[in-house]
Amino acid sequence: MIPLFVEGIGLCGPGLAGWALSLPILTGKTPYVPAPLAVPPASLLPANERRRAPQSVRLALAAGAEAFEAAGMSPATTPAVFASSGGDGETIHSILETLAGPDPALSPTRFHNSVHNVAAGYWSIATGARTPATSLCAHDGSFAAGLIEAGAQAMAERDAVVLIAYDLPYPGPLALARLIPEALAVALVLSPAPRGVGRMRIDLNLSSHRGAVTAASPPDLEPMRRTVPAARCLPLLAALACRAPAEITLDYLDDLALHIRVGPADAA
Amino acid sequence: MISSLCLATALGAGQDKTWDALVRGRSALAPCRFDRLPIAAYAGEAGGLNDAPLIGDWAPFDCRNNRLAEQALRADGFEAAVERAKALYGPSRIGLFTGTSTSGILQTEEAYRQLCPMNGTLPPGFDYDRTHNTYALGRFVRTRLGLAGPSFTISTACAATAKVFAAASRMVAAGLCDAAVVGGADSFCATTLFGFQSLGVMAEGPCRPFDAERSGISIGEGAGFALLERADAAAAGEALMLLGTGESSDAYHMSSPDPEGRGAEEAMRRALSHAGLRPEAIDYIHMHGTATLAGDAAEDKAVTTLFGAHTPRSSTKGFTGHTLGAAGIVSAAIGALSIQHGFLPGSPHTSRLDPAFASGHLLEGREARVDRVMCNAFGFGGVNCAVILGRAA
Repeated sequence: MIPLFVEGIGLCGPGLAGWALSLPILTGKTPYVPAPLAVPPASLLPANERRRAPQSVRLALAAGAEAFEAAGMSPATTPAVFASSGGDGETIHSILETLAGPDPALSPTRFHNSVHNVAAGYWSIATGARTPATSLCAHDGSFAAGLIEAGAQAMAERDAVVLIAYDLPYPGPLALARLIPEALAVALVLSPAPRGVGRMRIDLNLSSHRGAVTAASPPDLEPMRRTVPAARCLPLLAALACRAPAEITLDYLDDLALHIRVGPADAA
Repeated sequence: MISSLCLATALGAGQDKTWDALVRGRSALAPCRFDRLPIAAYAGEAGGLNDAPLIGDWAPFDCRNNRLAEQALRADGFEAAVERAKALYGPSRIGLFTGTSTSGILQTEEAYRQLCPMNGTLPPGFDYDRTHNTYALGRFVRTRLGLAGPSFTISTACAATAKVFAAASRMVAAGLCDAAVVGGADSFCATTLFGFQSLGVMAEGPCRPFDAERSGISIGEGAGFALLERADAAAAGEALMLLGTGESSDAYHMSSPDPEGRGAEEAMRRALSHAGLRPEAIDYIHMHGTATLAGDAAEDKAVTTLFGAHTPRSSTKGFTGHTLGAAGIVSAAIGALSIQHGFLPGSPHTSRLDPAFASGHLLEGREARVDRVMCNAFGFGGVNCAVILGRAA
């Protein structure tokens, strides 16, 4: 079991414009209204990098920045785990199109933006963090995989870590081969011991016999949970928003689920 | 401890073939046969992949990258070692942490040339989940080996299969598994070949790490896996141990290393600290050394700052080519061989060491007792990872 404390949360998705604005939706006080994704400008990045950064990076950075603001901590000294099913699909598509065409010459910027750890790279440049940054994938289970990696890091280093999970739709022909209809990023600043009052505690456990996976709440968000790998976090976010003890099960691998006990830090 | 290791590169499948080539100084680099590349690049192409499709249950996973992974899994008695571990721990208690940079994207490159002329869709039979996706490698190996523990694929460019060692040891420490298979594969694709060429860091002719005249990388194909278990008393002494890992970020540039090598130095410092070792305890440094002007200079600076000029060091990229996402596991496997055989590999195409560099670079292989090895792997995004392997005693 991995115990963690949630120091800050960031969220950027369609109709989910930041954690504060999403709270009443996740607690059921106001209805979910789908809206086009609005990604805040990547103000963390130096001008040169801001020009080069693809949309996935802006999205991931927006969620990360919000989570650190909420935590009142510095990203410059916090290791980071990035989880994504596909990295920057737009860049990949554009490279594939170029390579299939008559002139296979690639843009160097586009090439370095095609790596799966593109967001991790820009994040460390933006924050000045020389601490470790990783980038991982477990297809639809990427959020759960990122959470156990972040938890294992927090435990091993006895220090805080940020998890940033994001996914975006593929353009072009890959959109049909890998259907991700929306873009969403979520960031959780996690620590092995609570740094502030009123923190929520989450205990992670793998369960090899897969019971029912917890649905998103409100139910209007369930289609997003099912189709956007990063949105597999939504049941956890709803439990954190409600601030009441809860037991939830998140999608991970075909034969393995991630069980999470959620509760106030002082009740644990 | 590392109880089993397997390896497949352009030098051949199996540690013996690799070892034989390292001792004889035989490089596997040859003119790159990839279409349309505008320079006379050399590459390290793994043999036997074109006529070895994955068949039966594994057919949906068939792509060059998974074929290369399969080639490694069949080598060095690795499957038998995993079967023994499954019987001992149970499949659900063995984690699988793989690394790759481009997974099976070659499959998608080919599919984009065969789009339906009517509606622009990918050809029938294209299987994104089992070939292109970054986790396709993890999904294939997990199914292939019958493992049922936690799993993900790390994709941090050329440091991916070094970081898997760190991830696996944390997962075991956190109690999520009792043992782990780590490793990965990276194979040729136009994305990386044309990508590195676009950056102007691909050599004409074979790569020459740390040479005064070096002009860039030669890309190679590689795959390898290691079985990590907690050390038991019976295995102590000569057992090969994972002694420490260290990770850091440059926070400098997406595709150029920090010229001061601060990120690389920090990763090595963290690995030493994690292992509880002083720099003097390292007998050999297996350098990342890809033969780019900036990368080799930054690494030489970092290593010399930390270890001084004398600790023997070399890059084996001149043998295998730069295996990109597989560089970490190839480095660890060669490091393990150097301990096992008491031999330090040289650097075949390096004829004149850059006079700006410290003197510990080996151009020719030589015999020496090796107890502890530092293996470096650095990648795009300024990601750095160092792994220390050594004898238990």
